[in-house]
Amino acid sequence: MILCIRVDESQLVHRSVYLANKIAWAAFTILFVIVLNFFLFRILPGDPARAGVRDPRLTAEAQAAIRTRFGLDKPVINCFTSLNPLEPGDCAVNPLDTQFFIYAGNLLRGEFGISYHTNRPVVEVLGERLWNTLLLIGAGQILAIVLGMALGILAAWKARTPVDYGALGFSLLAWSLPTFWLGIILLFWGSTYLGLPVGGKSTPGINYANTWEELVDLARHLFLPSLTYTIVFLGEYMLIMRSSLVDVLAEDYILTAKAKGLNHFQILKDHALKNAMLPMVTIIALNLGFTVAGAVQIESVFSWPGLGGAIYEAVNRRDYPMLQGAFLLLAVSVIVANLIAELLYGYLDPRVGVE
Amino acid sequence: MMEQATGGYRGVWRRLRRNPMGMIGLAMLVTAIGVALLAPWLSPYDPNAIIRVTILDIYQSPSPAHWLGTDDAGRDVLTNFLYGARVSLTVGFFASFIAVSIGGLLGLSAGFLGGRTEGVLMRFTDIMLVIPDLPLAVVIVALTKPSLTNIILVIGLLGWTGTARLVRAQTMSVKQRKFVLRARAVGAGNRYIMHRHIFPLVLPLMVVNTVLVISLAILNESTLSFLGLGDPATLSWGQMLNYAFTRGAMSAGAWWALIPPGFGIVWVVLACTLLGQGLEQALNPRLLTHHLAADRTLTSHRRLQPAPTSEGATPGNR
Repeated sequence: MILCIRVDESQLVHRSVYLANKIAWAAFTILFVIVLNFFLFRILPGDPARAGVRDPRLTAEAQAAIRTRFGLDKPVINCFTSLNPLEPGDCAVNPLDTQFFIYAGNLLRGEFGISYHTNRPVVEVLGERLWNTLLLIGAGQILAIVLGMALGILAAWKARTPVDYGALGFSLLAWSLPTFWLGIILLFWGSTYLGLPVGGKSTPGINYANTWEELVDLARHLFLPSLTYTIVFLGEYMLIMRSSLVDVLAEDYILTAKAKGLNHFQILKDHALKNAMLPMVTIIALNLGFTVAGAVQIESVFSWPGLGGAIYEAVNRRDYPMLQGAFLLLAVSVIVANLIAELLYGYLDPRVGVE
Repeated sequence: MMEQATGGYRGVWRRLRRNPMGMIGLAMLVTAIGVALLAPWLSPYDPNAIIRVTILDIYQSPSPAHWLGTDDAGRDVLTNFLYGARVSLTVGFFASFIAVSIGGLLGLSAGFLGGRTEGVLMRFTDIMLVIPDLPLAVVIVALTKPSLTNIILVIGLLGWTGTARLVRAQTMSVKQRKFVLRARAVGAGNRYIMHRHIFPLVLPLMVVNTVLVISLAILNESTLSFLGLGDPATLSWGQMLNYAFTRGAMSAGAWWALIPPGFGIVWVVLACTLLGQGLEQALNPRLLTHHLAADRTLTSHRRLQPAPTSEGATPGNR
């Protein structure tokens, strides 16, 4: 018995080949991002590595350390002294003794450089912040998926009724709202009328009496950002659920089920939903890039100490090692999450055949 | 999958006219373009005038002199709002033109040529699709000079992936159709088939896609500007929001500096989305049964998303 996946209309691919293929491509994409990350920060006019050496916030020792860390006195890559402007150099040098391979080696050792602003290792700062972002995204996504699916099922069941049109109108509006603007509006409303905190993850300088108090404080800080998140994604998930369910409801087997005398609830639950779920999985995976974009905007508005907020702060503080590290971490997370979704999809897809 | 623009462009227009969503979107977009073009005549003040500002002029609430109050620098919000339409629409049109041109070219080549070319092009598209757009755009704009041209280029050069996949799928389906096979059988060359048979059937889809990509481009521009990466020389809606948000409009309670720019963005994005959906339905009318609907008869249902033409607008690209 061999498990296979139908990739195309015509070809059946063995499941292990499918998995290996996906993993290989994710690895290649990560490699591409690593190379891109290096060259963007070397080619573009900013040239942050060099800017860092001149940054007045750093001491002479720190600047010397940067020079060694980045290998700034070495050629960028083999044959090129500098990429900005393109300066041809000596091709005879040891190809491994170049800035690119020093950068790659640093990455392998988990060294992302020192933040110009806080003078702390970037990887340390980002490690703390990753969890905050996951908390925010997790809370927002779960709410959005649950509510979006519920509303989508309702809209599809009541298709072409005021309920449906209302839900459609809401989704269209939610899709058109710039995430950061919705955040600003909710922040304005929440801080003025609900007395909610204006930003951050916890009240500064507070000493919690017990864990419960700490949790309440966290929840009060988390409420507005995750609400923004939920609203932005809710419309999307609802629309997908609705259109995929409406497509399924047009199938003949639904009519058969109805003819058997099953009620609407049974038909929806046992017959329609299972088949309507697959596009949801795809769209949640596709949404990952959007998720990151949302996190950048929401964390910037609410000063949430996450990865997205790190990007915003790094941009405004010209903190290039931080920007480079945050971008790399975000991109790699999305690629890995995307891979997991694709592997999951391989298992969920009913077209998995048995030969 | 859209088969073809049945009844030609006149038929499309006839169906679009009967489509309330599309017509509302069109009207909203025309209004926005009108405002952008007529900004110098509609605005109560000259946006570039050098004004003498006292502390009392900052964040003035709406009054007969300033219908939408003043901003952090004592400028008239209404004037900035009207001129802001120009920036947003300019970015939207140019960036989406770049994105759809690249995506169209890659999609057509991949779909038509097939084989190894297709493999390489689509793999590249997949890679670009996975890399999160916004952080990449932020990095590039932060490292280059934040000018309007750079923003347009970055949004355009990063926003083509959805279009490429969509155009490729459409090209592949058109390529398999009988009249193309017949043309090939009587000896028509690649260029002729591409020019006479494939492109005319892919073009309408690209037009719809352009409208949807405009809305994405405008959202992206406003986000970049809000994050502090806007062109300091122009005042876009996103830039207005950045200034208001970072310069104390919240604590001053100056809602008039925060609401209008966001409203402008929502207006244009909603207009493009509605028009795009309307156009898509006009190009690709479909009927669906709904076995659980009250009337049980054939129900004309138009899906909103994720129809193939909407792919360029899937949230992954936003």
